[in-house]
Amino acid sequence: MKPLGTPTLADDRVSPLWHAMPWLLALAFYFMGAGYHSLGTNILVYILLTLSLDLALGYAGIITLGHAAFFGFGAYTAALFALHVYSEPVTGLIVATVVTGIFAALTGMLILHTQGVTLLMLTLAISILLAEWANRAHGITGGEDGLRVTMGYVLGLFRFDLWGRVAYLYALAVLFVWFLAAWSIVHSPFGRSLDGIRQNPARMRAVGTPVWWRLVAIYAISGAMAGTAGALSAQTTRFVGLNTLHVLISGIAVVMLVLGGTKRLYGAFIGATIYVVVQDVAAKVNPFYWMFVIGGLLMATVMFLEGGLMEVLDIARRRFRQLFARSRA
Amino acid sequence: MQTAVVILLDGLAYGMVLFIISVGLTVTMGLMRVVNLAHGAFAMAGGYVAAVLVAAGMPFFAALVVGTVAAGLLGGLSEITIFRPLYRKGELAQVLMTFGMVFVTIAGLTFFFGTDIKRLPVPDYLGGLVDIGFRTYPAYRLFLIAVGALLAIGLWYLIEGSLYGARLRAAVDNPRMARAVGIDVNRLFTITFVGGCALAGFGGIIGADMLPLEPFYALRYLVPFLVIVAVGGHGSFKGSFVAAITLGLIDTAGKFLVPSIAPYLFFGLVFVLLLLRPHGLWPAKSAG
Amino acid sequence: MNALEVRGLCKNFGALAVAQSIDLDLAPGARMGLIGPNGAGKTTLINLLTGMLTPDAGTIALNGEAIAGTKPEGRVQRGLVRTHQINTLLTEMNVRDNVAVAVAERDGVAWRMFRFGAQWRACLAEADERLREIGIDSVAGRRVSELPYGQQRLLEIAIALALKPRVLLLDEPAAGVPATESHIIHDVLDRLPKDIAILIIEHDMDVVFRFAREITVLVQGKILTRGIPSAIAANPEVRAVYLGRSVK
Repeated sequence: MKPLGTPTLADDRVSPLWHAMPWLLALAFYFMGAGYHSLGTNILVYILLTLSLDLALGYAGIITLGHAAFFGFGAYTAALFALHVYSEPVTGLIVATVVTGIFAALTGMLILHTQGVTLLMLTLAISILLAEWANRAHGITGGEDGLRVTMGYVLGLFRFDLWGRVAYLYALAVLFVWFLAAWSIVHSPFGRSLDGIRQNPARMRAVGTPVWWRLVAIYAISGAMAGTAGALSAQTTRFVGLNTLHVLISGIAVVMLVLGGTKRLYGAFIGATIYVVVQDVAAKVNPFYWMFVIGGLLMATVMFLEGGLMEVLDIARRRFRQLFARSRA
Repeated sequence: MQTAVVILLDGLAYGMVLFIISVGLTVTMGLMRVVNLAHGAFAMAGGYVAAVLVAAGMPFFAALVVGTVAAGLLGGLSEITIFRPLYRKGELAQVLMTFGMVFVTIAGLTFFFGTDIKRLPVPDYLGGLVDIGFRTYPAYRLFLIAVGALLAIGLWYLIEGSLYGARLRAAVDNPRMARAVGIDVNRLFTITFVGGCALAGFGGIIGADMLPLEPFYALRYLVPFLVIVAVGGHGSFKGSFVAAITLGLIDTAGKFLVPSIAPYLFFGLVFVLLLLRPHGLWPAKSAG
Repeated sequence: MNALEVRGLCKNFGALAVAQSIDLDLAPGARMGLIGPNGAGKTTLINLLTGMLTPDAGTIALNGEAIAGTKPEGRVQRGLVRTHQINTLLTEMNVRDNVAVAVAERDGVAWRMFRFGAQWRACLAEADERLREIGIDSVAGRRVSELPYGQQRLLEIAIALALKPRVLLLDEPAAGVPATESHIIHDVLDRLPKDIAILIIEHDMDVVFRFAREITVLVQGKILTRGIPSAIAANPEVRAVYLGRSVK
């Protein structure tokens, strides 16, 4: 039985079929999307990144443009681990996730007592400082050239094939695991307390919530998740470069989140898919055309569709149900 | 010694340009409490308009005036159409909307002008080198410092000495109280926003020498502009002046003296300053 | 042992002394009214007690334990709870959840991220009970933003009670409530548990005199006088402070 409470997602009232749909679609893509698996993996990676930002920004209200730091940190950690320690992907993934989580916890402890523009600036500053260091430390990071990695067999059994099919399933499995965790967190008392902190920190303090500690906790989890996304990216493309740490990644993550809808975990699926597809298609027309479309979409979403595109889906689903009910009556 | 003077002058010139562009942002963010990541776009707009006019043959100072006015008008238009609905929607919505504006501006300008730097040549009588005793130095940079200082003094008088300034300061300190005593806060917002954008345009035009005009301008300089606001304190004229000059000096000094660690120095300093003073050096009275 | 004991509490904002050497005792079950003209420092005192402001001098003891160094959330966990003069509620959530979140915090359930079903349902059940006691259980599922102001004020009190306070600081509980609905608030105040020590700030003299067994008068950060309601009502100095006339 699902716990009662204000639905944090309208999906709470939804039948399991709707829940299964995105996953079934993703699986179907595996079988039918020949030639496009690397694009699909890219989408999955970005879904994970967007999910991580939803936890920190959508639920806890931590306005950050610094998530690229965690994405890149995870990517480089995974690559370096595979190059110097052990090239089995799952091990590297776990290591990258944990280490990035610790990094996120430490930076979070430093900055999360601030809010608003100051916090935004601090997240940016950390991200830029890290990117700057990575640029200079080319002995470790490969600098402008980046790092090429060869990965071992997943769990010692599955080789990453040249068409990216195994990579796709690998990414899908990782996404599924994190999704389950995110789902639980969001519905849990912990998740609700974060929602409360976002709405009214004074009220939460007045009920005895250790606000700073809660924020650090979710920031660490969110950072770890973004780190996993970065690690996936490095492992499946077998390359990591400075672009993973670039501010633009943070901005793109925010865009994907808003397009799909904040506080709507499935919104990440929609937002990431739209972004990657638009970017892929539009970039072929004109390298800057996608910026125009994405920027315009972002503005339109904020102006008219506060719930993002998930809201459109909601409306569609409601109409669909009404139609269905009427035709049965 | 010589290097020190050059660093000082270059840093001052850079700082002045940053100040002229950012002061509008500081005041609007302090007054209207709207986060505006697209402020650089108005500076850019002024710059591009002036550049196009100068290339078409208009004299520099005429283009300067037209460009400034254009930036101000664009600001007024944006305030009415985009920013008004945003006031009540909260910080996140403002960050996102203005971020989207930056993207659209970059894409639009690339479409019309391409990715290269748009040159804005300064008039001959301002160009050239001037003998400052032990070496020669670009006259234009001295011009920038002079303009910046004059503008700072003028704005200071405006804000501290005039009725408009008094109303502005009242509305920044306590908008509710200001309304209660009959100040038309909405009109104040619009006028100030237009003024801030016009100033940004002005800064974008005369500063094109030090902040080159190209489509990524608004994104590239977003961080310095926001840093000035955050470090100086929202709504603080004094804060934005001090922060801008300090930033200009430190950044220039860093690039000259320790180029390998200059970015670390800059952002490290920003980081520490913001941790120690989250509300800025001169926090708004109604902050926190 | 007093539930709350305050000695020599002082706070200055620059040259302005907002609290001058304040002493206060609340025995368990106390009903103390705190009155004074606007700007007297009443809400400031509550902020000092809850830890939102740090005093410049003085001690605060909660059930015998010195809490001057304890963070605000720690004081709540030790049983010092306040309501706010202006509603401070989670407006996007429903009424029940507002209380349930408080219960979860009190019971240490709020840290759970996984396998929380049974514990959360227990919080929801207790929330329903609190709402029933206050009388707003009929709107338990409604969003706070949809509630009329009076019911929001009641919710403020319900949340405070859900935290099982030992000392309750009520900051103008009837403020902003239309006269036609204020009797509901008064009823709730009458029915507050007898073992809680309560300090109530109020401007409505009827409420104060009806509810309080002892009244402290605060003027410009200093305690002017203290006593039982009838004595305070008859006190010429108190009258002068409110009416602005000097005492002859």
